[in-house]
Amino acid sequence: MNIHEYQGKEILKSFGVKIQEGIVANTPAEAVAAAKKLQEDTGTDWVVIKAQIHAGGRGKGGGVKLAKNLEEVEQRATDIIGMQLITPQTGAEGKKVSKVLVAQDVYYPGANEPKEYYMGVLLDRTKQQNVIMYTTEGGMDIEEVAETHPEKIHKEWIDPAIGLQGFQMRKIAFNLGLSGVAFKEMCKFVKSLYAAYIGSDADMFEINPVLKSSDDQIIAVDAKVNIDDNALYRHKDYAAMRDESEEDPTEVEAKKHNLNYVKLDGNVGCMVNGAGLAMATMDIIKLSGGDPANFLDVGGSANAETVEAGFRLILKDPNVKAILINIFGGIVRCDRVAQGVVDAYKALGTIPVPVIVRLQGTNATEAKELMDKSGLEVTSVILLKEAAEAVEKAVS
Amino acid sequence: MSVLVNKDSKIIVQGFTGTEGTFHAEQMISYGTNVVGGVTPGKGGQTHLNCPVFNTVAEAIKSTSANVSIIFVPPAFAADAIMEAADAGIKVIVCITEGIPVADMVVAKDYLSDKKCTLVGPNCPGIITPDEAKVGIMPGFIFKKGNIGVVSKSGTLTYEAADQVVKSGLGISTAIGIGGDPIIGTSTKQAVELLMDDPETEGIIMIGEIGGGMEAEAARWLKDNMRKPVVGFIAGQTAPAGRRMGHAGAIVGGAEDTAAAKMKIMEECGIHVVASPALIGEKMAEVLQTRASI
Repeated sequence: MNIHEYQGKEILKSFGVKIQEGIVANTPAEAVAAAKKLQEDTGTDWVVIKAQIHAGGRGKGGGVKLAKNLEEVEQRATDIIGMQLITPQTGAEGKKVSKVLVAQDVYYPGANEPKEYYMGVLLDRTKQQNVIMYTTEGGMDIEEVAETHPEKIHKEWIDPAIGLQGFQMRKIAFNLGLSGVAFKEMCKFVKSLYAAYIGSDADMFEINPVLKSSDDQIIAVDAKVNIDDNALYRHKDYAAMRDESEEDPTEVEAKKHNLNYVKLDGNVGCMVNGAGLAMATMDIIKLSGGDPANFLDVGGSANAETVEAGFRLILKDPNVKAILINIFGGIVRCDRVAQGVVDAYKALGTIPVPVIVRLQGTNATEAKELMDKSGLEVTSVILLKEAAEAVEKAVS
Repeated sequence: MSVLVNKDSKIIVQGFTGTEGTFHAEQMISYGTNVVGGVTPGKGGQTHLNCPVFNTVAEAIKSTSANVSIIFVPPAFAADAIMEAADAGIKVIVCITEGIPVADMVVAKDYLSDKKCTLVGPNCPGIITPDEAKVGIMPGFIFKKGNIGVVSKSGTLTYEAADQVVKSGLGISTAIGIGGDPIIGTSTKQAVELLMDDPETEGIIMIGEIGGGMEAEAARWLKDNMRKPVVGFIAGQTAPAGRRMGHAGAIVGGAEDTAAAKMKIMEECGIHVVASPALIGEKMAEVLQTRASI
């Protein structure tokens, strides 16, 4: 589960990670009040107004602005709240900003020059261990650093049995070229950051930048935090952080029906049982000259209700020119799925695009017979190859 | 021969008396699988599906000499069930459960590293050696006995491949569903290696998907160990980057875990890669025929 920067920072802070303090605001007036409060609490003079959307690269799109006084706070907040923010990660249509984080200015002048680093925590699937990934090249796109200066990216793997050790924290701080107070602060930062990763059941942390301030404090200035969906049952407070307005409305709707739906850009909708077969069905559509309009896994219980819900989801997309239903019946009997298709058709009235139904496995022959006799305008096939041919015909 | 499970396997079911456990244990028994008992903590001493129920895996082994376990325990307790089975001395642990927190699996996988056992899954359809043992949730009738081994991350796509194999006149030696989670017990390479060493298996079908580096690892191993023909397919050629496609592990993170990148490596290592999932069975038959005629 993806969460906002301000929520991610709340979680980090609760585990003792030093963060750039801030207060979330929904209106320019709230932003001004937040800035005042922040000035009192932290002594910050300037503040930063940061758009809260689930996408990176916000600064590049004009979603992060410095405000040097309260008038500027109001002005910047007015500019940003309600804007359609386009970043390299949002796509061309951008994302509407409904709240901002009013944050303290941590780049204040002082004894030392501020310096930015990058630090991420994630699962290394090859080693099957968590890894802390870090580099001195903070504030930049990490993929870019990996491309241009792979030697500057360091990795520290964590033994699951014993957890993060002191020597590892020191190694990280030394590799970042730190000494004195900043060295000690970095060791503390790494320790609390990893404790937060484990304690929150995260599946990804990306802190970019991690800042060494002019007075040698180590601060998380940004926080991209992903929580493992499978672990949300033991973190009800984090589960409540889900912001459905950041998700595709059709995907939110699908979840309510226990369907796994991902919206894509193509013209052929599909409905499949099983994630692997669903991806393979998308591939078949592409190879047959179409483009998949969605990923949709109806899971193990393909019945009239799920099939109808699936149809409704797919038909919400005006680009859909044909629908392919691909069910491999195992425990699920194909004739029951076929009956589900027939019932769904009746409930929906008409379906304005050609429908190809491929039912294979348990009772496939009975299912085809049922489909053929139903009088519905569907192309019913048994082999995957035949399904591919039918799609080709439908899109040509 | 065959791999991992056969007619001599003695199987227990963890989560035996639950809805899922009961349904699939019944299916396994009616297939002819040698289910010798089950485990549900607190229900030890009862009888379920004419089999004894035990409180712990250790007790079950003591009474039945079980050597294989299949797990239907809910996600919150499944990693614990895996470790219990390993600790008790089960040799092959098959975990069907979907939705186990990644952090739990990191610990369980590490715990298993010095135990003499093989974990298959989680989030998998299980293992089947046709006419001998079905330790999983797959529809048994599709898997006709034969000489083709199947390794796959996906459930229904495994059934699809097996069905095509049978329709092209061949059959299955053992099919292993390794699962679609980011952390799984048996990797693609390990499963392929088992089938490569199995005298009964004459050809191998390797089905992968986007995400992770397991298919590339298997391909690189195969390059030097291709003693039997391997047909490969990668699902998700049209999947966009950064989006999870159903399986927790099916997500394109970098350039290396796209379908195209995996297919390229597989081809370079001598695997017969098909772009269409409709051609898996045909390709296997064709490759074996070509081989026979040489």
